[in-house]
Amino acid sequence: MLELKNIVFEVRTEDGAIKRIIDDLSLTIPDDRFTVITGPNGGGKSTLAKLIMGIEKPTSGRILFNGEDITDLSITERSKRGVGYGFQQPARFKGMKVKKLLDIAAGKRLPMLACNEYLAKVGLCSAAYLTREVDKSLSGGEVKRIEIATILARDPKLAIYDEPEAGIDLWSFDRLTETFRDIHEARDGRSIVIISHQERIIQLADEIVLLRDGKVERTGAPADLMPVLGFTPKGIPGCQLSEPTELHLTEIPTTC
Amino acid sequence: MAVDLSPIDENLLAEIASMHGMPKGAFNIRKDGQLVERHSSAFIEIATKTDNPGIDIRIKDGTKGETVYIPVIVTKSGIKDVVYNTFYIGDDCDVKIVAGCGIHNCGDEASEHDGIHSFHIGKNSRVRYVEKHYGEGEGTGERILNPTTNVYQAENSFCEMEMVQLRGVTSTVRDTNAELATGAKLVLIEKLLTHGSQEAVSNMKVELKGEGSSVQVISRSVAQDDSVQVFNPLVIGETACQGHVQCDAIIMGNAKVKAIPGIEAASEDAQLIHEAAIGKIAGDQIVKLMTLGLTEEEAEKEIIDDFLN
Repeated sequence: MLELKNIVFEVRTEDGAIKRIIDDLSLTIPDDRFTVITGPNGGGKSTLAKLIMGIEKPTSGRILFNGEDITDLSITERSKRGVGYGFQQPARFKGMKVKKLLDIAAGKRLPMLACNEYLAKVGLCSAAYLTREVDKSLSGGEVKRIEIATILARDPKLAIYDEPEAGIDLWSFDRLTETFRDIHEARDGRSIVIISHQERIIQLADEIVLLRDGKVERTGAPADLMPVLGFTPKGIPGCQLSEPTELHLTEIPTTC
Repeated sequence: MAVDLSPIDENLLAEIASMHGMPKGAFNIRKDGQLVERHSSAFIEIATKTDNPGIDIRIKDGTKGETVYIPVIVTKSGIKDVVYNTFYIGDDCDVKIVAGCGIHNCGDEASEHDGIHSFHIGKNSRVRYVEKHYGEGEGTGERILNPTTNVYQAENSFCEMEMVQLRGVTSTVRDTNAELATGAKLVLIEKLLTHGSQEAVSNMKVELKGEGSSVQVISRSVAQDDSVQVFNPLVIGETACQGHVQCDAIIMGNAKVKAIPGIEAASEDAQLIHEAAIGKIAGDQIVKLMTLGLTEEEAEKEIIDDFLN
């Protein structure tokens, strides 16, 4: 369980004024919960995600993870306790192969079949990508999908994805929403927090958090909140025309 | 004239040539300016030079799938070893050459090895050359390596040279020169890591003389602490040819890196490109690896290791 208690985050602007990005925000995210944080641009969504991961430190307030105060812990320490983070704009690494990045994420040398599964879940063929370098030779969408695959390989207790759909084509987006749905449906104590504006992702949520001006404006289930956001709740999540991504290790081909 | 190798010698040989015990086929091991062991094979003959210190290595036409090892180790303080090694590679060969120098200096005087390597590569031959330089030892004496590499490539030959210096070499001045005939192709890969107050200078001059010849220069370096690196790669295109020079450096601490990639064209059909980039490790790279559970130091190490790969 993640508890944010009276979080304030302020920055100093160029003219010396203090700007409050997160304004006395309190929020609890229980285990086994799929939470989507949405809201207008500049509302503090990405900042909130960075505060949870430890990339930014709050001006005041406390962050508790499974009862432990992690406010003063480093990114590394939080990661070791089970917090994961998918970057909106992932880093590129000259010379580092996709396989190596997945190995680092998993904290061990992964068998090929496992790599295949992670990459397949983000719509990439492992035969074509495992030995590629995560450098500028990959397109923005490819790097983004590899970024998501690293979080799948890491398998954190709490995964935060900052706009995972950004830069991803429609076909891959379908696959991605299925993957999120599958993780969620496994209901094995893991929580997912996704920052998104996408209706298809929002309707997967157990709870939607509407963030505006650094404050939680409203929270609620999709049925209650989607009309407020201008979307129509569809009842059954996901695209009914797609096959679910029931991937079994033995069925993953090593070549495509 | 077999000489027993000490554990220090064996460690140096493993570092620079991945050698464990005596290799198969043709080899020449040199220690502290003296020959330790030499072996020629049916197709590769190694002989002592008559004019200068060093060896001539003659590889017969059509030799394929063989590897030649010519490592050098220096374990005494205060020694200056200059050696000339000349390779005559016949036509239609496909061979690998493993060179390298390891210095273990536990004294206070400088140890220096200057290897002057020349390669005459025959028509249609393929050569892969790997050279590793490495220094160690607890002494205050400098560990100096000044290699000169001259490559002369005949028609349609292919040569890939990988020259690596990772840690421990106090001072190095590397001179690499190449001349390429029609259709010849050269890939020059240089990987360098300097730390402490080390200095490294790398000068390269590649002359594309024959039509359709091409060169790719890839330089990747990491400069740590107070070390200084200078790169001067120059590609000269005299005819319809292709050249690409790429210098990438990661700079850390108080290090200094100077990259001056040069291209000269004397033909309107010469296509020459150079690019150079110097920068610190990107913050987002470190943060990403920290979110995967690595500490900042571990993240830095992974990034550098893979950058130098």
